[in-house]
Amino acid sequence: MRGSMIRALVELADNNKDVVLITGDLGFGLFEDFAKQFPNQFINIGIAEQNMIGVASGLALEGKVVFVYSIGNFPTLRCLEQIRNDACYHKLNINIICMGAGFSYGALGMSHHATEDIAIMRALPGTTVISPSTEDEAYFATINIAKHKSVCYLRLDKSKVQNSQGLGTDFEIGKGNILKDGTDYTIIACGGITEEALSAAYDLDKDNISCKVVSMHTIKPIDSILIQECINNSKGLVTLEEGNITGGMGSAVLEACLELGNFPPRMKMLGIKDDYVSVVGSQEYLRKSIGISKKFIVDLILEWNAS
Amino acid sequence: MGSIDTKKLARAVRLNVVRMVNKGESSHIGSVLSIVDILAVLYGRVMNYDINNPKLEARDRFILSKGHAGAGVYATLAEVGFFDKSELLDHCQDGSKFSGHVSHKGISGVEFSTGALGHGLPVAAGMALRAKLDDLDYRVFTILGDGELDEGSNWEAFMFSAHRNLNNLCVVIDRNSLQSMDTTENTLALEPLAEKIRSFGWHVQELDGHSHAALEDALIKHSKKPLCIIANTVKGKGVSYMENSIEWHYKTPKDSRFDQAISELGKL
Repeated sequence: MRGSMIRALVELADNNKDVVLITGDLGFGLFEDFAKQFPNQFINIGIAEQNMIGVASGLALEGKVVFVYSIGNFPTLRCLEQIRNDACYHKLNINIICMGAGFSYGALGMSHHATEDIAIMRALPGTTVISPSTEDEAYFATINIAKHKSVCYLRLDKSKVQNSQGLGTDFEIGKGNILKDGTDYTIIACGGITEEALSAAYDLDKDNISCKVVSMHTIKPIDSILIQECINNSKGLVTLEEGNITGGMGSAVLEACLELGNFPPRMKMLGIKDDYVSVVGSQEYLRKSIGISKKFIVDLILEWNAS
Repeated sequence: MGSIDTKKLARAVRLNVVRMVNKGESSHIGSVLSIVDILAVLYGRVMNYDINNPKLEARDRFILSKGHAGAGVYATLAEVGFFDKSELLDHCQDGSKFSGHVSHKGISGVEFSTGALGHGLPVAAGMALRAKLDDLDYRVFTILGDGELDEGSNWEAFMFSAHRNLNNLCVVIDRNSLQSMDTTENTLALEPLAEKIRSFGWHVQELDGHSHAALEDALIKHSKKPLCIIANTVKGKGVSYMENSIEWHYKTPKDSRFDQAISELGKL
């Protein structure tokens, strides 16, 4: 998704000299061409995230369209108060890009697992929170947040839905993409882990169980209209995310159900339970180890379908 | 701007803030009185601004990083004409926009809201950087408390500003040597402060933070490097029983204490 993001940033910077990209000394091999092409629109601010958000706020107050980039929890948790007080309270056009959703950097350990970011970033008033599932979504999200006059959080993933060309390319902030239609159950997912949802749905097709898969790339504002449709047309709803269940995307879906006053006959939130993962491994390995991989979705829906 | 009598301005601001804190039953009066002379010189003699066009692109920008002294900014802005002085007594009242820590929302002339410490300098650096990127001439001023320098974010911004040679940025450190519970030196020693900041690549000047002539002379000059003025100040300046007292970081002057403060400040 990094490639799609930088492709979009080059286009944005080329069209608007007020677009500024700031990195917290990360993006080796990614930003060199951008820096060469737009030397006055690129800043490597060093490993200093509090200052990064502060400087970004100063620039945005002056009318710049600012993108800040780092990995894991560094552009969010390390500088959360700056995001809250400096960026959100002043309603600035600052776009925070995190590379490393969930267990993208699984082998590097818990410091690099971005697992509470959805909950924390969506708790800040006025924010927009996006966790794309596909390359196209990552590209269009980057383009769209530049125009969106609020603090946006874009959570990029190492994994992604493969071969997703043509799937839900009509990107709109706050409007989920239906990646696969289905009539029995619905799986709502966000981030690269949506690939597990889609794969599970194709497996279930073989058992004549039809599942709809939604990429809920925008977690805030959540797509209540689509959730309403899913509730009306499914026997059960599963939410799937590579992040903490507490306050995460599934919680946002459940909040929407409460607002709608309408609930699916069955609902299950799959995500990280209230603990840190202390073993390391690939994204695939860690999903399996905590019960959020394809197999667990298939087993759950088979169980629902049998009862 | 330019021809204001800063002594008169400072006296009026001091009287206002004591009345505001008294009526609002709020705190931090010692911290406010510490910076009144700096504010008076900035708004009276140094900064370029237009009260009728607060967002004028060419204006100089000001951020109060020690947001708890916000009453001083409100009173200064009212005195120079950004809004009516009668609004000041809303300070800290129910439903008021004049919060104890400085807020920009709905208040003409306030550039930026602060309150948590260590936020002002990075934002000021961002504003100064924009002038460099777009070839504009404005300057950016910010006042930091000395206790506030405990926050690491300031030192990130000190490094950054020197690295980008933001010589349109001026930091005034309110060096009253007191913080919330004790002296700065007993809490987390800052000295040798000037040497530290100089070693970060700044031009540093120490002066009497209550001398209007010294402040004006230092603030008006353009430096080749980012400029840091260490203004040696007295917390609670102007009210005898508040001077150099940590107590008045927290207490509200009431009854006879209030009368005494007004009387002493009126004679300044």
